[in-house]
Amino acid sequence: MRNLFKRHSVLPGFGLTLGWTLTYLSLIVLIPLTGLFLRTTTMTWSDFVETVTSPRVIASYRLTFGASFLAAVINSVFGLLLAWTLVRYQFPGKRFVDAIVDLPFALPTAVSGIALTTLYAPNGWLGKWLEPLGIHAAFSPLGVLIALTFIGLPFVVRTVQPALEELEAEAEEAAASLGANRLQTFYYVVLPALLPAMITGFALSFARALGEYGSVVFISGNKPMVTEITSLLIITKLEQYDYAGATALAVVMLVASFFILLAINAVQWWFSRAALQGV
Amino acid sequence: MATAISTSASGHSRAALREPLWVKAIVFTLGIGFLSLFLVLPLVAVFTEALREGLHAYFASFRDPAALSAIRLTLVATAISVPLNLVFGLAASWAIAKFEFRGKSVLITLIDLPFAVSPVISGLIFVLMFGLQGWLGPWLRAHDIQVIFAVPGIVLATVFVTFPFVARELIPLMQEQGNDEEQAALLLGASGWQTFWRVTLPNVKWALLYGVILSVARAMGEFGAVSVVSGHVRGKTNTVPLHVEILYNEYNFVAAFAVASLLALLALATLALKTALEWKIQAARPSLEPTAVEG
Repeated sequence: MRNLFKRHSVLPGFGLTLGWTLTYLSLIVLIPLTGLFLRTTTMTWSDFVETVTSPRVIASYRLTFGASFLAAVINSVFGLLLAWTLVRYQFPGKRFVDAIVDLPFALPTAVSGIALTTLYAPNGWLGKWLEPLGIHAAFSPLGVLIALTFIGLPFVVRTVQPALEELEAEAEEAAASLGANRLQTFYYVVLPALLPAMITGFALSFARALGEYGSVVFISGNKPMVTEITSLLIITKLEQYDYAGATALAVVMLVASFFILLAINAVQWWFSRAALQGV
Repeated sequence: MATAISTSASGHSRAALREPLWVKAIVFTLGIGFLSLFLVLPLVAVFTEALREGLHAYFASFRDPAALSAIRLTLVATAISVPLNLVFGLAASWAIAKFEFRGKSVLITLIDLPFAVSPVISGLIFVLMFGLQGWLGPWLRAHDIQVIFAVPGIVLATVFVTFPFVARELIPLMQEQGNDEEQAALLLGASGWQTFWRVTLPNVKWALLYGVILSVARAMGEFGAVSVVSGHVRGKTNTVPLHVEILYNEYNFVAAFAVASLLALLALATLALKTALEWKIQAARPSLEPTAVEG
């Protein structure tokens, strides 16, 4: 009976390790996450809908999703340029640049938050140049965009970089020998090959930005209806002991990020199938 | 034939395989400029602001009892959560990589789940479980146990956000390595534990260390999840990132950036170690692509 479940192996410890894995996973991850969804069942459907569509909440979605989307677009462009620079060009300090790309992963978000705020505040190094131009970077939606761009950059670079490294020189050589110029080669040969990686990087950067909290709360100014992101609104509701409201918003955000991850998987599956059929 | 083509096309392909110099210059300048503006400048700002009033003020920030207690709490939370996830990572990778069973890919997806959950929600789920209005709230209250707004909650949130790091480094590597060496060891009479300690562990030690480094960095730097469960009791439930937030909101900028610089140094050390380990892992196994860190 057990062999149906587990193919025979001479190695010991299957029961112990799988048992511990499932127990620990359930205690730390599955039960608490299930609890979140169960909590929403204490609300009626109309209460739930009312909570997640109130004007202040809608304004926070618009800011969170809009700024996350824009940040992911910016990162797709500059992430491609950076990945291209790192893979194709030789220059002094390349290893340092390559390592520093991961800084947003390694730097605690609170630190990036206060650093960005100090830079873009009206009297900051960058803010004092922007302010005379009428651009208010800190404490405005633009500040949210800046923080989310900071946080998302490595996702695009780190997904495009390996794809670019794997790209075979033959394809570009073939295009060139058939008379394509550099721009045509890039547009018709290189870009389509990088597209799956770019879409994945874009989606990862977008998904990460949706849930970001630490780097945004300092620079955004947290004005309701204007610069309040959904993550902050969840905390605000929690601090007012509105557990149901906080839970409802959390469920909306969780479902949104699951759909994005699902979309990433679908895109990768579709491209790998298309690649197989192409051969 | 191939040489003939490449020589005949060489005049053409040289121009078409490389961008003109001006394009190169623009791509390089935009890429590196963007990186400097968005990543390097904030890092420089942390240290500049921290040292704005000199070394004396800088070091004075660390003599504050609240700072010391924050450092202590961060170390405690890290010292508990990282070993727990290390043991889990080893158990999970052994079960998943060394055996075949149904539902394996679902299990791998579930292990990665905490990376898909945003920091604030990672804290919220534990408030819903253990908070006063939580599922276990009344029971905990009756037994005078406090989890939320206390150290256990901070540890739990830290365990959750660092959950997958070690497992996700070990699983692909151990799957790639297969079972041959372990089977040979067992055949030669080694016990299960001996096989694990002397064969499996040495084979994965660098990837293990890589996962631990990422876990430590995340455990010490986590802000959102810990912020939700902490309650911000100064000197009691403040970790280092929360202490930075409080100092900053009190307009105590020098102290805020001084403490933040500690975290920034930790981040730089993480990046340096990570890069060194990636070279080591790649040198040992040329086919292995180090995975990017998330979180």
